[in-house]
Amino acid sequence: MKMIKAALASLALACAMTTGAFAAGGDVEHADVEFSFEGPFGVYDRAALQRGLQIYQGVCAGCHGMKFVAFRTLADKNGPGLSEDQVKAFIAEAGYEVEDESGELIPAKTYDYFPANKGAGAPDMSLLAKARADGAVHIYSILTGYTGEEKEVAGTTLYENKAYPGGWINMAPPLWGDDVEYSDGTEPTLEREARDISQFLMWAAEPTMIERKQAGIRNIVFLLIFAVMLFFVNRRIWANVKHPE
Amino acid sequence: MGNIPQEHYEPKPGAASWVEERLPIGGLISHLQNFPTPKNLNYAYVFGGILVLFLVIQIVTGIVLSMHYQVGDEASFRSVEHIMRDVNGGWLLRYAHANGASFFFIAVYAHIFRGLYYGSYKAPRELLWIIGVLIYVVMMATAFMGYVLPWGQMSFWGAKVITSLFGAIPLVGDSLTTWLWGGPAVGEATLNRMFSLHYLLPFVIAGLTVLHIWALHHVGNTNPTGVEIRKDSIENVKKDTVPFTPYIAIKDLYAIVIFLILFVAFTFFAPNYLGHPDNYVEANPLVTPAHIVPEWYFLPFYAILRAITDDLWIMMIMPFDAKLGGVLAMFGAIAVLAFIPWLDTSRVRSTTYRPIYRWWFILLVIDFFVLMWVGAKPAEGIYPIIALIGTAYWFIHFLVVLPVVGLIEKPLARPETVEAAFNAKHGIEPGSGKTDAEAAALQPAE
Repeated sequence: MKMIKAALASLALACAMTTGAFAAGGDVEHADVEFSFEGPFGVYDRAALQRGLQIYQGVCAGCHGMKFVAFRTLADKNGPGLSEDQVKAFIAEAGYEVEDESGELIPAKTYDYFPANKGAGAPDMSLLAKARADGAVHIYSILTGYTGEEKEVAGTTLYENKAYPGGWINMAPPLWGDDVEYSDGTEPTLEREARDISQFLMWAAEPTMIERKQAGIRNIVFLLIFAVMLFFVNRRIWANVKHPE
Repeated sequence: MGNIPQEHYEPKPGAASWVEERLPIGGLISHLQNFPTPKNLNYAYVFGGILVLFLVIQIVTGIVLSMHYQVGDEASFRSVEHIMRDVNGGWLLRYAHANGASFFFIAVYAHIFRGLYYGSYKAPRELLWIIGVLIYVVMMATAFMGYVLPWGQMSFWGAKVITSLFGAIPLVGDSLTTWLWGGPAVGEATLNRMFSLHYLLPFVIAGLTVLHIWALHHVGNTNPTGVEIRKDSIENVKKDTVPFTPYIAIKDLYAIVIFLILFVAFTFFAPNYLGHPDNYVEANPLVTPAHIVPEWYFLPFYAILRAITDDLWIMMIMPFDAKLGGVLAMFGAIAVLAFIPWLDTSRVRSTTYRPIYRWWFILLVIDFFVLMWVGAKPAEGIYPIIALIGTAYWFIHFLVVLPVVGLIEKPLARPETVEAAFNAKHGIEPGSGKTDAEAAALQPAE
């Protein structure tokens, strides 16, 4: 029992750590927001991922690339869970193209990848949620952290943002609350959009998270049972030595 | 094989005898299985077994990872993402390997501090200890090179900071650094050789581990009392020890599983907690990260490296600059471990019976964690002075405290034999229970 408690405690500790990992970065304000994928039993919210994909395509893709994410993964059952036809329709509608052997542009296939960004400055979004401390929360906080103040430094406009280290960010406020028309009928607000894209980017960065956590539960349960068995086997084997009667 | 009397192995007639005459492998296996191990070992002694397991985990996951990994400016980062997203179970291999390195170090630090506490380095175990220090050094080199391979920002800048240290060496520094880099700067050539060496060094560790265990089986384990087991006769050996199998084997396995629960909790639920977010950004020589921090297990020595600055009075009388001073301090802090067997003047092995030294030992452990904590902090404000005090104590402990306390301290009374200590702990009446002959035939309960 003591062992199970200890193991559960370390499990809880480990999970608490996932969200608090290296929450450094100085004097930034992180929004108080929770996601369905947090905790050892957390899963991605499929509808939120699909809405997030809409935000990415409608807003972010203008500047940001996502070069490590393949279109086919949009069909992942632990991810956005589109059907194969929906994936094809998404590629066609967005008009993604790739070069064939002769250098001619042809429509992208499902096994192709989102393009890398061409504009300078905007980071690739494939791993953004893992490349920042407390990734999804950080992205949400940035998107909702604009104060409306602007200033110009050496010909570049900077925007004040409570969540950005240093307080001034290069990116103009990308979300306003009416940026897309959600195909599932959800009423878009700034917070809704920020939550959806943050969750989508977490999935883009860590598409195997759900598979990993589920495997983790199985592993922990197995090891706990194994540990209890070994505890008793060990006691029995040593009985002769410790209590020679 | 060793100098502990053990029953002679008699191979069965036939094939076993035929093989044994030509290659005494049966005798070796029998020796390992029945190796007399002090019966009073506590759970501080389980980390050796855990370390062997983690060496195996690292080599197995590492070999499979290398089947999918590519070396190259862009290829490395991309291939790691390929492993994470497309290779079956690739995320598990990589997270197990990355967290495996951390847990390897947790175990090695526990193992080292256990050795320090119970005086495991004292005669006749000096070589056993020094081989262990060598293993630790090669482990650090291996881990450092492994961290470079994903070629993220911390990989690149970590490689740059650490390889630049060699530039501090007088006269040959610059040429040496260029030689290490394989070019004018840290780049693809550097990455390629790091991969090569990262694949090689684990097998060097494996070889050193064989020597380490060989030496251990020659001189025998220490134990919490520090009193040597009696080696004058097989009967006395049997009073002080138990055969490794099944007693120690099953106890080690139990400890391994408990340790694995922690390892699995991190690998599956917080796989990036011990890493740095910046390493998910591709290496970019033009953008320096805000804080370049090494992996947690290097932090104490990173703190020592940074603690030496030009404004220290000691640096003003030294014929070299603070950069070289820091490098010397860092390598010295590790090298000093190899001399501990001769720096410790105590007649008593185990700190349990050393009333004064015990407090200094606790201070050393605290110092280690303080250095680890301060190593992750920026070198500004109060932190440099804390790092300096921590560094000073690290050296004072080994160079002053260890020799001096051993001379002035009056050790507590120790048990006569391991058997006596064990009997006292478990309330066994001397002479009760089994006779010597029965004890000699001691077998696990059916």
